Order: sequence, then C-alpha cells, then structure tokens
Amino acid sequence: MLHIKCPHCGMRSQNEFSYGGDATVKRPELGKEISDQDWDNFVYNRKSLRGKHWELWQHLSGCRQWIKVQRDTSTHEIFKTLKANEDIS
Amino acid sequence: MTQSFRLESGGLINRDKKISFKFNGRNYFGYEGDTLASALIANGVHLVGRSFKYHRPRGFFGAGVDEPYAIVQLYRNGETDPNVKATEQELFEGLEAKSVNCWPSVNFDIGAINNFLRIFLPAGFYYKTFMWPKSFWFKIYEPFIRRAAGFGTASIKHDKERYEHKYEYCDLLITGSGPSGLASAYSAAKNGAKVILAEDKSRFGGTLLTSEVNIGNQSGKEWADSIISELKEMPNVTVKNRSQVFGYYDHNMLVMSERLSDHLPKTKKFHPKQRLWYIRAKEVLISSGSIERPIVFGNNDTPGVILSSAAKEYMKVYGVLVGKKPLVFTNNDSGYETAIEFKKNGIDPIILDTRKEPQSEIIEEAKNMNINIKNSYVVVAAQGYKKVKSADIAKISDDKEELGSVENIKCDCICVSGFWTPTIHLASQSGNKTKFKEEIDAFVPGVSKQNEKTLGAANGIYTLEETLKDSFEKGNQISKEITNNDIKVSFPNVVEKKSTAHDKFWCVPLPKGKNYKRFLDFQNDVAVSDIEIALKEGYRSIEHVKRYTTLGMATDQGKTSNLNGLQLVSKIENKVVPAVGHTTFRPPYSPVSIGAIVGREVGKHSKPTRKSPMHSWHEKNNAVFVDAGVWLRPRYYKRGDENLFEASKREAKNVRTNVGVCDVTTLGKIDIKGPDAAELLNRVYTNAWLKLPVGKARYGVMLREDGIVMDDGTTTRISENHYHMTTTTAQAANVLSHLEYYLQLVWPELNVNVVSTTEQWAGAAIAGPKSREVLKKLFPKSDVTNEGLPFMGYMEGDLFGVKAKIFRISFSGELAYEVNVESDYGYFMWEKIIEVGEEFGIQPYGTEALSTLRIEMGHVAGSELDGRTIPYDNSLEGLLSKKKDFIGKRSLSRKAFAAEDRQKIVGVVPLDKKTSIPEGSHLVKDSNAPLPNPKLGYISASCWSVEHDNPFSLAILKDGKNMIGEKLFVMSPLKNKVIPVEIVSSHYVDPKGERVRS
Repeated sequence: MLHIKCPHCGMRSQNEFSYGGDATVKRPELGKEISDQDWDNFVYNRKSLRGKHWELWQHLSGCRQWIKVQRDTSTHEIFKTLKANEDIS
Repeated sequence: MTQSFRLESGGLINRDKKISFKFNGRNYFGYEGDTLASALIANGVHLVGRSFKYHRPRGFFGAGVDEPYAIVQLYRNGETDPNVKATEQELFEGLEAKSVNCWPSVNFDIGAINNFLRIFLPAGFYYKTFMWPKSFWFKIYEPFIRRAAGFGTASIKHDKERYEHKYEYCDLLITGSGPSGLASAYSAAKNGAKVILAEDKSRFGGTLLTSEVNIGNQSGKEWADSIISELKEMPNVTVKNRSQVFGYYDHNMLVMSERLSDHLPKTKKFHPKQRLWYIRAKEVLISSGSIERPIVFGNNDTPGVILSSAAKEYMKVYGVLVGKKPLVFTNNDSGYETAIEFKKNGIDPIILDTRKEPQSEIIEEAKNMNINIKNSYVVVAAQGYKKVKSADIAKISDDKEELGSVENIKCDCICVSGFWTPTIHLASQSGNKTKFKEEIDAFVPGVSKQNEKTLGAANGIYTLEETLKDSFEKGNQISKEITNNDIKVSFPNVVEKKSTAHDKFWCVPLPKGKNYKRFLDFQNDVAVSDIEIALKEGYRSIEHVKRYTTLGMATDQGKTSNLNGLQLVSKIENKVVPAVGHTTFRPPYSPVSIGAIVGREVGKHSKPTRKSPMHSWHEKNNAVFVDAGVWLRPRYYKRGDENLFEASKREAKNVRTNVGVCDVTTLGKIDIKGPDAAELLNRVYTNAWLKLPVGKARYGVMLREDGIVMDDGTTTRISENHYHMTTTTAQAANVLSHLEYYLQLVWPELNVNVVSTTEQWAGAAIAGPKSREVLKKLFPKSDVTNEGLPFMGYMEGDLFGVKAKIFRISFSGELAYEVNVESDYGYFMWEKIIEVGEEFGIQPYGTEALSTLRIEMGHVAGSELDGRTIPYDNSLEGLLSKKKDFIGKRSLSRKAFAAEDRQKIVGVVPLDKKTSIPEGSHLVKDSNAPLPNPKLGYISASCWSVEHDNPFSLAILKDGKNMIGEKLFVMSPLKNKVIPVEIVSSHYVDPKGERVRS
C-alpha cells in the first residue's frame, strides 16, 4: 500500500485516496472550436508511461482535495506532491 | 503410554504439566511447551503423512516454519484447519490432528501405488497427459486431480472465530528475535526509537536457544531472556511472539500475522484468534536468520532423515531424541554440534563428513568426546520404507565423483547438514536485488531498494561475535538518525567455538546400477531426475523449470529445496549459480489463514449498512428490505400472505388511484453555494440553468466528457446563491467527486462550494392524485394549491413545528411532492404523513412499486443510465442546450453518436398481454433465424403495468425512433423464453404529462 503525502493533511495511506489519472492533461476551454483529433486526445488517448508520471489523486476519505502526485510507475516511488492550484514544474 | 524418546531431563518444556492429545485417533501425551511434532517424536511417531505425488511415507524434516512434510489437519474446539505444520503447532489440551493426503490411512495408503508407477509420472506429467482429449478435462481429469491434490480439507462451516486487523506505525520493525534481532532492538530502543520486535515462534532467542555460546558471562538463552525482559519494560518497545512478518509491500508497509489463540484449547471470550498487523515502518531490520539446507542422496525423503539443526533443537528445546542410533551426515561443522549434543545425552552418533581433513575447535571437541568420525564419507541411500532402518554409506573420492564400495550400517535416523541458506524472503520482496555470496553458496541481500537492512545470518554472517557487533551498531546508527539520541551500548564479551570452512558438496552421485530417487523438493516430490528431464526437454529459464517441475512451488515455497535445485540446474547447464538466478520470492512467507486476511469484514460487516431515519418504522410495518448499494431500502410492505408481485402491484395501484408515500432519504443530496453556483450548474448539466428563478426546481442530466450520461436529478434554487442538488442513490459519491474535480482543477476561478448533505435530510415522496390533500393537512399554513406551488415549484413549510422543504417534483407520472426535514425529524415527519394521509387511503410503497411507476411513465433510471448510453438513447436529447457548451457536449458530435439508426428507448408489450418479460432479454426480428441471431436491442427494465394491467418493459432498441408499432421477439436463452412483442412508446402512462401538472 502506497504512502502518499497529502499537501493538506500529511502522510496518509493509499486507501484514503482515489486515483484520478494523468495530471498533465488540460481540459480544452469551453465553447472553443476543437478538432476531432484534439478532442480524442483529451478524452481517450493517454500514454502508458514507465517512469516518472504526474498524476491526480483525490484525498477522498480525508480533506477531499484533488492533489497532484509525481510517482514512478514502475517502482511506485513518490517524488513530490502538489496542491491542485500548484503548477507542475 | 510412555514417551520412549523423551530425555530424562533438559529442554525448555514444562514437565510438571502433562497435556493429552490425539493423533490419527490414538491418544498420546506431551508436555506444556511441546509442539505437536516434538510430542509425536517423543512418543516414537515418525510417520505423519504421505507425499504429494507418489504418496511416499513422510516424517519430520525440520522443527519450524521450513517443514516441508509434517502437514496435518487440525481439530480444535469443534473447528478444523487444514495445512497446519506439526512443527509449528503448539500442543494444547485436547488437541486432535490427522494425517492428510492418504487414504484409507497413513499406514496403508492406496495412493502409494503412484510410487511404483513413478516412471510414468515424470516432470510435466500432468501437462503432457491431461491435455487430450480435450473433452476429458472437465469430467474426468479435473475431478481426479482435485481429489488427489491438496493438503487437507478446508471447513465449509462458518468460522465462528474472530480475526482482527490493526494498523501500526513505528521507527524500526525488527523481524526475528535471534542474536541480530535482539542486539539491534536493544540498541535502537536505548536511543528512544519506537521499536516493534516480532518473533515467529513462541520462544524468543532464535538460535541462542540451541547454540553453546556465552555472551557477557551468560549462556545464550540467559542473555536472550534478560534482553527480552528489559525490552518488554520499555514503553517505546513492542515485543511480539507468535507473530510472523510475512510480507514486505510498497513504501515500507509490512504485514504481520499474530497468532493469539492457536496455541490454546479455545479462544477466550471476546478475544481474536489471530490479528493481522499492517505496519508502516520508517526502517526495517531483517533478522530472519538462516535455514539449514539438506544434502541430496538416495531415498533422502525417508522418515528419519532430518535436518541436523532440527535434531539438535528437538533435544535442546524439547528434550526429545529423533533417534537412538543417529547418523550425522554433514559437509560443515554444524553437524558436529548436533553429534556432540547426542553424545552429551548418552547416545553414540556416527559422523559422516564429506570433507577430507577438516580441523576446528568444534571438531576437536567431538574427537575428544570419542565420537566416531568418518571423513570423506557420504550417505548413498537411506534404507527402510516407513522409517530409516539403515544407511548405505561409501567413501567418496576427492573430486566427489567416484564412490568407494558401499557398506550398510544400522541407524534409526540420518541428521543431515548441507550448510546454511540465509532467509532473504523479506529483503527480496522489498525489491532488493539479491547477490550470490560465493563463500556460503547462497544468495544474500544486495542493494536496498526500500528502507531495509539485513543483519546476521540472514545476511550471510555466521559467527555470533560479528553478528552481534554489526547488529548493535546498525540498531544504534539507524535509530540515532530518527531520534537524535546516541546512547552507546557496551559490547558484551562473546565466547563461541570457531568453525572451519564448509565443503561445497550438495549431491551424492548414484552408485552404479542403482536408481534411487533423490529428492530436491520434499513437499512437491521433485527429484533430481525431474529437473534433468525438464532441461532435456528444453526448459532453460529457472522460472520455466520451476513451473514445469513444480520445484519450490509447494506451500513451503522451497525453503529447503531452492538452492539445491539451482545447484543442479547450474551443474547441468554448466553455468555458475548466480547466472541461473533464483525465482521470485512472493508474500506470504508462509501460509496465512484466510480468516486473518479477511479480518472483521465478514457477512454483515463486509460493508457498512446505511439506514434511513425511518428505518424502524418500516421494520415495524412489515417492510421486506433490499440492498440498494450500502443502503437498506423497503422493497415492499407485506400484508397478510402477499408475495412481492402482489404487494408491489397493490402499492403502485394505490399511488395511481389514491396516494402513496415512499422513503427517498437515500437519494444523494449536494448543497451548492456561491456566486458562481449557477454557472457551475450550467457547465455540468446539459440544459440551461442561468435563468432558473429562486423557488424553482429543474430536472437536469449530466454527462461524462465522453458523452455518456453520468447521472440525472433535480436541482432547486433555494436562494440567490444557494442550490440543492439531488442525485441518484448509486451515483451520489461519484457526482460529488466529479463536481470537486472541476471546481478544484479545471475551473478554480468559479467561486462555489459543494458539500454532501445526503445524511442531513430525510426525504419522503408523496405521490398520487390525492397527494395535495395530504399536503394541505401537513402544511395547513402554506398555500399548496396548483397556483401556490406549481409543478417544479419549491417552498419552505412548517410541518407541525418542524422546518420542512417542499418540492413539487414527480418520478411516478402522478401529481407528487417530496418533503425533506432534518434527519432527526424524519421519523416524526413519516408518522405525521401516515397519520394525516389515512383518510385519503395513503399506503407506504417500496422500491418495487417505485420502479413500476417510473417504468410505466418511461422515466429512465440506473438500468438505462448504465454507463453505455447517451442522452439520445434515453430520449433526453430535448435537454441538450444548443446555445451553450457543457461537459461532454463535444463528444456528442462524434459520428456513431449521431447515426440515423442509433439505439433509442422504447416500450415493449407482449402480444398476449400476459407473459412477463425477463430483464436482460434480447430483441430479435426472427426468433427462428440461424445463430448468431442479429440482436436489435435489450430489455432494460420490466414491470407489471398497474395502469393497463399487463406486462410492460423498457428496452434500448436499434433505430428505436422508427420501430414504434413493429412486432418483434424477445428471447431469453437463460429463461428459455421466446415472447412475441409489440414495440410501443416508452411513455405508457400519461404521455402528455397532464397529471403531474394537475
């Protein structure tokens, strides 16, 4: 079980969180024209990375905040966690 | 019965307390502190089971967790447990055990015929044989293999025992209380670190209990006892025996199973039988020691062939002799310690040492005691079937290839020592890439991946002094970094006998003309010849060899067999052992009971049960409940002899003719507040929300980004910046997360807060033509006329002194209202509704009638919004705003979603107006068409229409728009039904929606 540092609550066990996918995907702006390809990339197409990956988790059974977590997908090492409003550098 | 193999004195057992037990129906006794194994050996019982494949007689091979043979079926307090190791099971009064894998008895076992058929049962036998013909697998092969396989029988009764889970955090977790565990725990504890010291066995001390050493002028055991009692007094230390750390998982999470009651005749009241600890440790010190490995020779599985360290442990800990004419077969000095112990107890052993001229302090001592030592000698084969009777021995050449003339000597046990294998399981599980250590012919942990270090014998350090020094130091160092204390512990004076190098010899060659079975894996019956066949047939990777031959795949995970297997593969392949590599170690280290893994989450406790505030009223009024997610909801209220069908029909009919009341507390409720609340709703719902006036509700549908309908519900504008959203019962949690996602990550600029209020409000739906009459009585001060409270209107009211929210919304097709009060007043509200409604014929209705009402009016619910349908499919396309963008809108313009003949919801009525239609059935054009019959759609929900008094279903049908009036067939292969049907509109009741507005 992973040990994730919630930027609001501190170190917590994985079973308090739920996974939310790739954190680098940006939702297209509302009301803007967008090609089929770009929309498909937003909705469906994801890279299945091996290595460092920024992803979203929600501290569901805690503060309910969505957070950004940088995790190595092959070793599970967690390098950094950020609040929802902090930018991935 | 006398215990003929029990020594007069000695051991750590309590000779004042006799314990009687039963094995295979016979009565025996042992002493407090015995294991089942030690007590049986004391009674001269060596035949305890039959082997897995050949059903060869099986005795004892070890004295603990490494035991591959002595697996029994245990009976305790009316319950039974399979797969129990006799070497681990502590004796308790009234214990009963039976042999497994034998029929009719362990002495006469019919399956032993496999032993004579063994030339037909080579490696991969099952793969080769049971493949063909294919049709035989299910009926003949599988049942046969199943009967033949397995160690014991699991109970099919409900387990009455209680198992607990516990979560713990610590600075240092130390796994094993041998010298390295004690020393590191002691110095870490002195530095104030929070330490957990776990010992698998009942006694602390590990090898200190059996070795002739001196620490600080105390015997090894005395030193261990003093350290343990000091640790137990320290508030920062938890010391646990009978507790095995069996798994090392991610982020330094380890799992330990504590056996609290297995050693007692029965579990104490309110105590758990076992407890599973999830331990998050900052640092882990692995002090799991090492396991002696055997030397391979002919018939080396005969009962009486035993590890030399086990023979010593039986003498020193239990005061038990494994034999009275022992042969010690060794390639290192450990065998000498066992021989010396025999001699001290008045037994004359013979030592066969594969080495030519070894010299050391221990060997010197043995010589001084006049022990018969034969150098460059090996055991060629054990003789005897159910117990060793003699041994064929021979001199071996210096190159270890040639055997001299074979002679036979009498003996009743063969104590074998092929040197030591570090127990690296936990280190390997943690991700540590192990490395091969040439001097000890075994793998040791390499570079740490997680925060783990391995100490002592588990790290390949086999001298006590070096182990203690290293462990004191590591314990101090690691704890110092956590606590910033640096309290030095003075290093005690250590006296131990020096040993000399072992002989890298592990397998005795076969004498000419003999074809003895030489076993590597004792539990799965894998012999040298099996590995040879596997390699001959082209298997190269050790992982493939393992699976093909099942080497190391038994419940002991090859604790005594893996390294010899690797030696063999490397020898045949002419590679060095590290090039062959070892197979992966996986948790659990040894079997864990299913009960411990499950913990308290069984039966009713497997999930939480949510009940509405009106639950006890429903109970008192004969409600039959149904699970709706984690909620318990009334399915129907039983009157007299009614069944589900009759009751739900009555309840639904009463709504259509009079008035009914339904508990809708379970609906998800979300409070939405903030100046941008309307904007948020406008983005998540498909329809327009910016102009909804205060005091009005609106029905809305929300999509996922891929265009699929996520949920529906009504949202009411309570005040300028305050909305009350309802969701379906099932989607309540998902919708809240969905809103939080967009508010926190996508549109943080929106000034809105959302919070779940599901549990804060109790809800009652009052539906039916007379519902307004009921409402008038409930809220005499409020104007609830059609003008005062129009369809989709909202107002607050005073329900006999309780503040209530009144919504005029309907999911039944009738004039209907929903009343919410704070949860604490829910029961009061419900009673009042029933009370004032009595004169109008009010009846409570359950989920079954609720479904009937919504199906009849064609209102979609969970069975249509199943994560596969878009708004059009549910005839919700009228709610798609053309003017604004919303979540998922862009996806709706995808080609398939806009296809002309796209699926759409329709109504289905059987032509005979009698036959009810099973949910999940398929719709086809021609019931006799050849298979596969093209499927046009499926039945999503079925009911008995109370309005028309005939069956009615909803279906999602291809080109549903143009299918109204068509005649099709419903087919249910599951129920073996073919029903001719007519397709009608999904709005079977009040299609114009006049009633809800009346």
